[in-house]
Amino acid sequence: METDQLIRTLAADNSQRARPVGFVLALALVAAAPVSILMFFMTLGVRPDVMTAMHNPFFDLKFAVTLALAIAAIAVSLHLSRPEALLRGWALLLLVPAGLLAAGIGGEMMVPQRLPMMTRLVGQNSRVCMTAIPLISLPLLAGALIGLRHGAPAHPAVAGAIAGMLSAGLAATMYASHCTDDSPLFVATWYSVATALVAAIGALAGSRVLRF
Amino acid sequence: MRERDDEWTGLMRLAISGDNAAYHRLLKAVTPVLRAAARRGLARAGQPVDQSEDIVQDILLAVHLKRHTWDTEAPFAPWLFAIGRNKLIDALRRRGRRIFVNIDDFAETIPGEAVAETAPAGEVAAHLQSLPARQREVLQSIAVDSASIRDTAAKFSMTEGAVRVALHRALASLTAKLREQ
Repeated sequence: METDQLIRTLAADNSQRARPVGFVLALALVAAAPVSILMFFMTLGVRPDVMTAMHNPFFDLKFAVTLALAIAAIAVSLHLSRPEALLRGWALLLLVPAGLLAAGIGGEMMVPQRLPMMTRLVGQNSRVCMTAIPLISLPLLAGALIGLRHGAPAHPAVAGAIAGMLSAGLAATMYASHCTDDSPLFVATWYSVATALVAAIGALAGSRVLRF
Repeated sequence: MRERDDEWTGLMRLAISGDNAAYHRLLKAVTPVLRAAARRGLARAGQPVDQSEDIVQDILLAVHLKRHTWDTEAPFAPWLFAIGRNKLIDALRRRGRRIFVNIDDFAETIPGEAVAETAPAGEVAAHLQSLPARQREVLQSIAVDSASIRDTAAKFSMTEGAVRVALHRALASLTAKLREQ
């Protein structure tokens, strides 16, 4: 086909307009969420003492951190869905959850603790945490990648890694309501390991499926 | 250069708001610039420069199917060249070349560059054969026979809406096939 013919054809197709990437991403995440929620309630569920736990600021901080991660990653992945976008200052957004955690660790140092630091860091649920967060995040990751395929990221692996963080953030929000380890030291260690794992899976998958 | 970029941005805004003629003019206007940049990229990679047309068509298809990612408040040229660069890298990678794309390949265009021989593009035509019959017929009617949507609908006893859907699907699956090759 000659290029002039192709151009004429594209112009004829101009009336077909696609939805914004944000809309498609939201739709895909809403579709994927029930699968992850079901996985969570079938295997783990909310911890029984959740009503008292809510009065513990370190329990609440977990949600602030994981939600900050999810929201920052959503914003960054939408930004990166434009081909000319650069990560640059946007990467700073991803430091917001890290900053919250650092503040939490500092805060915990201020108050006297029953358990020594290493015990709090190692916790009792590290293995569950590192397994559950990645597994629960997989349906969300699939949804995020399907939504972001609608965009045109210049660096598919980077965009995929951010999609991984996004889904890990959402999965960790659910997991946080199950886990009885509330120390920010535990969160900084094991949630980060789990998030890094999902980000790596996302990068690998993204380098394949997010090319346009 | 500045004027040219502003003109492109204006045309693309019109295109997005539904002006097909403006869209046609824009694609016509960017094509020689994309072709020159593709040739520069091929030359730099030690590839025959007359292979540029497949890259140009690949870029045009991507521009078309991803134009919803263009921010209407932003200038059009950086967005266009980012897609161009991406597609040039893909093309060189497929040819097994080490990738060295100068970011200025697209940004700078020497005006009045001699129009050298260019081999006709073959990739889109090759993938055309693997489309479902109806999509291929609709695409060929509009592309090759220059028929309008309405004439094509009458020719195949389809509604205009069905022709539009078939055309869009044909373009989308052509692009998917180009990406997978």
